[in-house]
Amino acid sequence: MVTSPPKIEVRDLRLAYGHKEVLHGVSFAVPSHEIFGIIGPAQSAKTSLLRCLNRTIEFTPHIHVSGSIRVDGQDVRRVPDVYELRRKIGMVAPLPVGLPLSIYDNVAFAPRCAGLTNRQELEARVEKCLRQAALWDEVKDRLDTLGTKLSGGQQQRLTIARALSHEPEILCLDEFSIAIDPVTTMRIEDVLKELRREITIILVTNLTQQARRLADRTMFLWNGEVVELDRTEVMFSDSPKDRRTYDYVQGNFG
Amino acid sequence: MSPAAFASSRPRRHRPAYQRVIERLVEGVIRACGASAILFVFGIFFFVFREAAPLLGKLDWHQVLFSQEWYPTSRANVRYGVGALIVGTLSVTGLSMLLAVPFGVGAAVFVSEFCTGRVKETLKVLIELLAAIPSIVWGFIGLSVMNQVIQALFPAPVGLNLLNAAILLALMSVPIMVSIGEDALKAVPDSYREAALALGVTRWQLVYRVLLPAARNGLLAAVLLGVGRAIGETMAVLMATGHAVNIPHSLFDPIRTLTATIAAELGETSVGSDHYRMLFVIGVMLFTITFIVNLLADLAVRGVRKR
Ligand SMILES: Nc1ncnc2c1ncn2[C@@H]1O[C@H](COP(=O)(O)OP(=O)(O)O)[C@@H](O)[C@H]1O
Ligand SMILES: [Mg+2]
Repeated sequence: MVTSPPKIEVRDLRLAYGHKEVLHGVSFAVPSHEIFGIIGPAQSAKTSLLRCLNRTIEFTPHIHVSGSIRVDGQDVRRVPDVYELRRKIGMVAPLPVGLPLSIYDNVAFAPRCAGLTNRQELEARVEKCLRQAALWDEVKDRLDTLGTKLSGGQQQRLTIARALSHEPEILCLDEFSIAIDPVTTMRIEDVLKELRREITIILVTNLTQQARRLADRTMFLWNGEVVELDRTEVMFSDSPKDRRTYDYVQGNFG
Repeated sequence: MSPAAFASSRPRRHRPAYQRVIERLVEGVIRACGASAILFVFGIFFFVFREAAPLLGKLDWHQVLFSQEWYPTSRANVRYGVGALIVGTLSVTGLSMLLAVPFGVGAAVFVSEFCTGRVKETLKVLIELLAAIPSIVWGFIGLSVMNQVIQALFPAPVGLNLLNAAILLALMSVPIMVSIGEDALKAVPDSYREAALALGVTRWQLVYRVLLPAARNGLLAAVLLGVGRAIGETMAVLMATGHAVNIPHSLFDPIRTLTATIAAELGETSVGSDHYRMLFVIGVMLFTITFIVNLLADLAVRGVRKR
């Protein structure tokens, strides 16, 4: 096997809100084109971890971060342009946040802000992203209606399209299926399987079975610590290394 | 199931009578409050209009609206031309808004989005303090400070003019715009900020592409309250404009406003005289102008919303 440098490498990451440490030295690496699952009960700092990756954690006052996060070998805290870093990482939040703009403008928002002004290119980009998010056919005739007028599942796919609009190399999904129905969830999962050919995906999920279906490797995060990280088959087998992993994925707690 | 449990699970329609009475009462009071707001507006308009009405038929409207000859006390040659007064009011209000809107909205954005903690609290207190300065004090500032500043900086013989009053009005309406505008921006959910920033946009792009559009109704309300204050302001403009009936041709021309005219002359007219009634006609005009401004703003909001 060729060992290319990992797309993302996190080493001994610690994060504290004020005096409360929520990530206690987390380390992992994600190679390119992998779907990397993160499972764990609520409050185990999964969202906080994602926010460290694209440095949106900085908008929270009184935080302390130590350890290192490297994306493409470069420390995120030393990147020359933080906006470029954020464009490299697409983020999908648990509840869809439609910006108060039309469907078209929601997707065109990030490319426009990044300086793409050519109409044809913008339109092509919007169409491509909406297709990638399996939403194009449902909205192509009403691109100028407000994004917030869509149903919950459609809005979530809109945020996925938006997260893809700045052509990220990494897509982070944070419990994306929390507010949508199973059918839409399955459609998005199919989308993710398609996308992994082009990009690296970090899938934080509260549904352990979702990680089992999609992830190549899965990390079990519990109270801000990595309990176990292994190939997904191993994590969901009868004999993961840690007893807590077994209990959690079997639904015995959490 | 025990009888007690059964009773408590009954529909709420069978509540004791006194509760129903109280509910009716509260509902009635709320209705009355709502109705009274409408009643007061119509009441004010009615009483102003009643004083003005007897004169309305006798006026030569072309002269009233377009002439700048305001000689209400002349014996031989009475003229009620308010053209210059209308132009005065509109020009001083327009100019003050030109100064105040960018400044006020900018300050609201600054306080709401770029300040945190103690700085923010301090600024907010200061702005509230500014809003509480009585207009007569602003008039003094215009008369003594601004007057001399303008004379020193510009080649103007007197400092009591359009520019002076417009700056005062701008200073008076900015605090209102900032505090209402800041509330409007605060009402934009934080999730919008997070979502936009995660897409790799700068804070400026966040402000003008997301926050300003999202808060536009509130910001427009803020601007309108500022406009309202500027149009209705009397004391400060009476002191700072120079109070000369004149259509201004430059920033340094003295002007006179509708409001200041009423304030300066109403005390000297005899009740029921034509002059007295004419001042009430001016009152009706003021009413109409503010009504039109509000209507336009309302239409603007609807127009923007439809897009
Ligand atoms: N903005 C914040 N300020 C303070 N504490 C926070 C903040 N966000 C999250 N936390 C705390 O960090 C811990 C982890 O939260 P989170 O990352 O949301 O976990 P998860 O996504 O796994 O549910 C929780 O105890 C939570 O209270
Ligand atoms: Mg979370």
